[in-house]
Amino acid sequence: MNTPLGVLQQSLPYLLQGVWVTLVVVLGSLSLGLLVGLPLAVGQVYGPKPLKRLIGIYVWFFRGIPLLVLLFLFYFGLFPFLHLDLSAFVVAIIVLGSISSAYQSQILRGAILSIPEGQMKAARAIGMSDVQAIRHIILPQAFRLAVPGWSNEYSVLLKDSAVTYALGVAELMARAHHVASRTYQHLVLYLCAGFIFMILTFLGTRALDALHRRVKLRGYS
Amino acid sequence: MAKASPSEPVLTLDGIRKSFGSKEILCGVDLSIHRGQIKVLIGPSGAGKSTLLQCINFLVVPDGGRISLEGQPVDPSDRKALCRYRQQVGMIFQDFNLFDHLTALGNVEIGLVRVKKMKRSMARERALAELERVGLARHAHQYPAELSGGQKQRVSIARALALDPKVMLLDEPTSALDPELIGEVHAVIRELGAAGMTMIMATHQIGFARALAQEIIFMENGVIIEQGPPDQILDDAQCQRTREFCAKITELGGHG
Ligand SMILES: Nc1ncnc2c1ncn2[C@@H]1O[C@H](COP(=O)(O)OP(=O)(O)OP(=O)(O)O)[C@@H](O)[C@H]1O
Ligand SMILES: [Mg+2]
Repeated sequence: MNTPLGVLQQSLPYLLQGVWVTLVVVLGSLSLGLLVGLPLAVGQVYGPKPLKRLIGIYVWFFRGIPLLVLLFLFYFGLFPFLHLDLSAFVVAIIVLGSISSAYQSQILRGAILSIPEGQMKAARAIGMSDVQAIRHIILPQAFRLAVPGWSNEYSVLLKDSAVTYALGVAELMARAHHVASRTYQHLVLYLCAGFIFMILTFLGTRALDALHRRVKLRGYS
Repeated sequence: MAKASPSEPVLTLDGIRKSFGSKEILCGVDLSIHRGQIKVLIGPSGAGKSTLLQCINFLVVPDGGRISLEGQPVDPSDRKALCRYRQQVGMIFQDFNLFDHLTALGNVEIGLVRVKKMKRSMARERALAELERVGLARHAHQYPAELSGGQKQRVSIARALALDPKVMLLDEPTSALDPELIGEVHAVIRELGAAGMTMIMATHQIGFARALAQEIIFMENGVIIEQGPPDQILDDAQCQRTREFCAKITELGGHG
């Protein structure tokens, strides 16, 4: 049954398993990106000059180099050089997460900087240390402002995750390619993969929109 | 900590200096205030009133001079001591600076929970009492964006009071308010004064200052030009500049 629809029907479960891999890569790197990006943002706003400089270089590095180059650099170059035997899946999350941390740090930095100076003053004036003020006053407000930026970051990561196919990560794109090259049903398989990516983008941004509405402060239009 | 004797000032400033760039904003200001006293700072825009008030709790760090609370000099390089000192010096800002992500109650409570490490249930009780005191118990669960300017300023007063400050600094507490909202904030400040709170306030509301203050301090170009009882400064100042300023500001309808 080598008709387009037949192939699609047969391979759909196999493709859908790839959706899970894609989602784990995306959510994993989004989380890693937040975990690393948050201290980077705080350091870049409040830290001493040399630290700001260093973070600037980090951001410049990960934003300036194409994803494919970074994937190959880390997977075939850096980690073997360090005698670290990491799977393609793990390297994909590390590389996408590092890139995302660079972008997320800038989203958060912008959010922090847009909070009025008076908030920090008022926090200090009631006797908070700077660390307390950042944690309890500045960041809760900055996170709210950062949600639309994250929505964008999610959809970028989702699309970038397809490139990890080049390392052999068995995500959606890799699986579509695998089936297509054996059955020659390229059109329908890549259409299907594209369609699934679109749905994932849609669902994710909707979820973040809902989050945005939920955390929005009452009384703000 | 040494308990202040009645004759000892609560707060003393000695030769406070501050420059921004090459511009000298405060040129050696001396000031002291006793328990329960109310002093009002007046002076033209740019005189350095806000800078002086912010120097007092080191939101702006002075370049020189000394500040003592109950005879104890404050060392701003000791961060822990600085935080402890700031709890004892309440600050009211012109534009309120309420924490936008917290309700009125949350704004008053957070200092008690995070700074004083009070248990949440006790902090809540205390915060509600402070909101009650400024007449806002009914608005405890509203966010700053849902409150009027006058209500916001009263929440910010409750936030400061919750920490039991020894001195309150008020920087033009009503100048961001619509005229019809000024009265409610003035009423709260008046009650504070009646309850014996020590206060230093910058304001352009001359009528209010006259009724409230024991002493008015006229400042210009970073120096204290003249100070004394309200009637003396406002009606019978020694210095020409003080007389001119007071005449102008009274004419502008300062009978608030
Ligand atoms: N952070 C700053 N950097 C540079 N200059 C500043 C800064 N803060 C205040 N100044 C300057 O210091 C001077 C005194 O300002 P300040 O706000 O203390 O005056 P003020 O007496 O409170 O005036 P107003 O009645 O307008 O509130 C002004 O000339 C102002 O431009
Ligand atoms: Mg001012």
